[in-house]
Amino acid sequence: MAVAIVILLIALGSIAFHFWSPWWWTPIASNWQGMDDTILLTFWITGFVFVAICAFVAYCVWKYRYQKNRIAEYKPEDKKLETRLILITTLGVIALLAPGLLVWNNYISVPDNAYKVEVVAYQWGWKFRLPGKDGVLGKTDIKLINDENPFGLNLEDSYGKDDLLVDEGELHLLLDRPVKFELRAIDVLHNFYVPQFRGKMDMVPGMITYYWITPTRIGEFEILCAEYCGTGHYAMRGLVIVDKEKEYNKWEAKQITFDKMFAKNKNNKNLQLAKNTK
Amino acid sequence: MNKFFKTLAEKPWEESQAKIDNEHQGKTLSLSKYKLGLRTIMVVSTIIFSFFIIAYADRMLIHDWRSMPEPWLLWANTGILILSSIMFHLTKIASDRQHNDKIKKGLYFIGFLAYTFLFSQLLVWYQLLNSGYYAATNPANAFFYLFTALHGLHLIGGLYFLGRTTSKFLRNNSKVQEIQHTIELCAIYWHFLLAVWIVLFGLMLFT
Amino acid sequence: MSDEYEHKLEAKSDYVSDASSGTSASDIDKLPPAELPDQELYHSHSWWTTYVFSQDAKYIGVQYACTAIGTGILGLVLSWLMRLQIAFPGLGLLEPSAYYQFVTMHGMIMVIYLLTALFLGGFGNFLIPLMCGSRDMAFPYVNMVSYWMFLVAVLVLLSSFFVPGGPTGAGWTLYPPQAITSGTPGHNMGIILMLVSLVLFVAGFTMGGLNYIVTVLQLRTRGMTLMRLPLTVWGIFVATILALLAFPALLVGGLMMTLDGLLGTSFFMPAIVSMGEQLKYEGGSPILFQHLFWFFGHPEVYIVALPAFGIVSDLISIHARKNIFGYRMMVWAIVGIGALSFFVWAHHMYVAGMNPWFGFFFATTTLIIAVPTAIKVYNWILTLWRGNIQLSLPMLFSLGFIVTFLNGGLTGLFLGNVTVDVPLSDTYFVVAHFHMVMGIAPVLVVFGAIYHWYPLITGRMLNETLGKIHFWITFVGSYAIYFPMHYQGFIGVPRRYFEIYDSPYIETSTMGLNVFITVAALIVGAAQLLFIYNLISSARLGKKAEKNPWKANSLEWQTPEMPPAHGNWGKEMPKVYRWPYDYSVPGAKEDYIPQNVAPSAVTEAKVEKS
Ligand code: HEM
Ligand SMILES: [Cu+2]
Ligand SMILES: [Cu+2]
Repeated sequence: MAVAIVILLIALGSIAFHFWSPWWWTPIASNWQGMDDTILLTFWITGFVFVAICAFVAYCVWKYRYQKNRIAEYKPEDKKLETRLILITTLGVIALLAPGLLVWNNYISVPDNAYKVEVVAYQWGWKFRLPGKDGVLGKTDIKLINDENPFGLNLEDSYGKDDLLVDEGELHLLLDRPVKFELRAIDVLHNFYVPQFRGKMDMVPGMITYYWITPTRIGEFEILCAEYCGTGHYAMRGLVIVDKEKEYNKWEAKQITFDKMFAKNKNNKNLQLAKNTK
Repeated sequence: MNKFFKTLAEKPWEESQAKIDNEHQGKTLSLSKYKLGLRTIMVVSTIIFSFFIIAYADRMLIHDWRSMPEPWLLWANTGILILSSIMFHLTKIASDRQHNDKIKKGLYFIGFLAYTFLFSQLLVWYQLLNSGYYAATNPANAFFYLFTALHGLHLIGGLYFLGRTTSKFLRNNSKVQEIQHTIELCAIYWHFLLAVWIVLFGLMLFT
Repeated sequence: MSDEYEHKLEAKSDYVSDASSGTSASDIDKLPPAELPDQELYHSHSWWTTYVFSQDAKYIGVQYACTAIGTGILGLVLSWLMRLQIAFPGLGLLEPSAYYQFVTMHGMIMVIYLLTALFLGGFGNFLIPLMCGSRDMAFPYVNMVSYWMFLVAVLVLLSSFFVPGGPTGAGWTLYPPQAITSGTPGHNMGIILMLVSLVLFVAGFTMGGLNYIVTVLQLRTRGMTLMRLPLTVWGIFVATILALLAFPALLVGGLMMTLDGLLGTSFFMPAIVSMGEQLKYEGGSPILFQHLFWFFGHPEVYIVALPAFGIVSDLISIHARKNIFGYRMMVWAIVGIGALSFFVWAHHMYVAGMNPWFGFFFATTTLIIAVPTAIKVYNWILTLWRGNIQLSLPMLFSLGFIVTFLNGGLTGLFLGNVTVDVPLSDTYFVVAHFHMVMGIAPVLVVFGAIYHWYPLITGRMLNETLGKIHFWITFVGSYAIYFPMHYQGFIGVPRRYFEIYDSPYIETSTMGLNVFITVAALIVGAAQLLFIYNLISSARLGKKAEKNPWKANSLEWQTPEMPPAHGNWGKEMPKVYRWPYDYSVPGAKEDYIPQNVAPSAVTEAKVEKS
């Protein structure tokens, strides 16, 4: 008996928790409202099924509780009922899947006017690279990474020379402009995740993965790593700042190009070598 | 397949079905349990090798792939395997006809061939390692060592059962019937290993 | 498997029954003479071969179960430590590396060494021969070796706690490159021992699985058609097939990664710069490992779930005194889910960087598999409908299972649907989901099953009061742990976080929620100790069970002795005359008719045609 009540309470309690608890998703700051909407849709459909089935179970447990002289029904199957249930379930599943696939299609098709930002993950932090004046990111290779060339840019590729390298774990983005993140890892798997942007994708050494967003809200947002990457995984944080054009340009102007950085590093190294040989 | 679906469509609670079911002997396939066991093992091995082949095909496409040379010894070893498969076939025929002498010679010879094969595979390893083809040098090499090692392990497993069959046969020489079935199973397994080898060798040869 | 079936199925229709429509007692009971000789049995002669190196499937089953539960307790203790760390980071209980090692060992132990071993090795060994009406497994010796391999696998796993560097902390998914690079705890010895242990487990399991398959297909007793098997056997049988097909993928991935770690090959390792140093790997693909892993990993979920489905179907039917609703549909669903489970693996990889177009395919297959799963839920609750429900312990746990599984299954619809998975993947939503669906739900079935079959194993009942306390705490408590956890996932708290210190986007109240969850977890864990106590003490002090205490139909309760002796059936093998769900047959005197009761004994029972 108590079970029937408890099952009912669990169903109702879950609803109550859903509406009254302070925990819900972080306010969105990107164009992926569609994801939130799909979640809500899924919530309504599945929530309804959950409550309905729990209520049915509670009812059965109460109504058909054991009585010595009751005889249970003998009914091996009911074709009609089963067919109906299959049909309804299939419809429900289609209702969930269709919008999901539509949004996914948007997620993987980057708009043409998106500008590119490269995100480089390492154990355990974030670096960024902007294409510079020419708007094209130079080629890279993990094999080329060394002290002078921490991003592993290909020196032969002239597109790379004006690339802006951002090494302090803080990235600025333009408000309301679609941006494509090109994701790269140099050691192990990582995942570039900003809860307010909703998007997510693993970064795999040896590959360039991507996703895109349009920031819709000015503010500072924390970058988290969402793919286990070793002992420092939980502390692998960074910062994204969404700016209006003016502030953004100011920030961009402060970043140094690969050319300059490489020359500086080389110089330092030569100095170092000279010191050592003395 | 059809029969399988028919089985699934039975309504076991109906009286008419119950009449049919009551006569069932409790066995689904007309196979000995050993044969079914062997087949299951062969299915599992096939899957293991298929995964390796898929991984091989995937890895092959990447630019750092350098094919291995095939030493002539591998051809000889392939010959040994073919010969032992033929021998096993003959031995099986002998055991069907209960020719004790031929069975004994056959089993000995197959055992000898198997050991020769394993030894000779090790020799191939030795040659390749000596000429600098280490597993870490290139994934093609690594796959080669992996394939040959696994195939060899399978053969060693088979040798265990071959040994048991042979000693059982020697113990009660007169009763061939008792080991007829085991010989048949070993023969199937040997043919299976030959097939696996040809697929693997062919794969490495043509890529 | 099924291709062979076509040619080899015994041509049953060849026999023409001469007892076409007789009514006299001798006529309707008539069976053809046995064609198969009785099974030869190994008889042990010494204490060692009876109790330790036993070849009796029942002993092996109990050995498997005890080892699995023992390992599971370690998994439980690890989870306490993790939860304490998450809720009270101020205590400084764990180092980050220890936390990650515990997450990994906990996950691996629970999935493989507890649940897989318990359902297939434990229940499979104990129940298959009894329910099929055979004397033992097909190859008892191989079966024994299977258990000892499993034990060695467990010992190797445990030994990794004591090697330099400790056990691996790569996460139970063991993804390279991190599994074998220096930023991960246990990246040298720990991971190798883990892989070796898995290889041993797979080898041992294959031997066991061989036995289950051959026994179910070939060694059933007379009259036991496939469609007269209890759903428990169906579930375990199909799960075994899945395991035999899926474990090779893990084996292959594991072997190749071992070589990457030990010999420096580059199967899965791309060129990388680890901690500022260029490693000599080149060209390997980490994603390939993920495909292999999940080709195993997803069916693995069903390897745990299908036996649970089967067992819970039987428990519900027996304790509701009603035939399982839609038996055929249940069998089809088990087979269908089993087949489909090989086409959904990449739903674990939506955001792993694979070709994004795969998302469409795998989201679709994943949601398709929801349909047969939903059917199973409907049929369970329709079995309750118009039943005569006894709220015994097994029934209580089954009800708990339905609620928990329903909840976890529905959140699966979130994660299976690509788009929704993007924000939720790798957050606590996932942790909550898989604990509900493959942690708590199957564990509730395990408990129900143990309360149900314990009398068959020991001849005594488990203590009912302790059992009730155990049930209420476990059921309500674990719901309290995992339901709120979904909401942490919505907030965006990532999983596998040693510490969730101040983050602007996480409200501070989330910390309070963490404390609540941890307290609930500790209470639930403590209740399990109560259960273990009950298991041990009832073996000697429990109430003596009567024969067939639950009035069940399936064969395991119909042995001449209870608990069943070596060889199970005494002199004569049972003959089966009906399916195992003849409960509350109209007209019958009792509300159950065991499978081996001849029609002549129950002439008054009339089943109307449906
Ligand atoms: C009350 C019992 C349990 C508690 C309190 C518990 C707690 C936890 C915790 C705290 C984590 C780590 C979450 C993270 O940091 O990401 C975890 C992970 C996990 N648990 Fe449990 N768990 C329990 C039972 C189970 C059971 C029965 C299973 C069986 C399927 C299971 C399977 C897993 C798996 C597969 C992981 C993931 C490991 C990984 O991320 O590599 N757990 N559990
Ligand atoms: Cu990380
Ligand atoms: Cu899955």
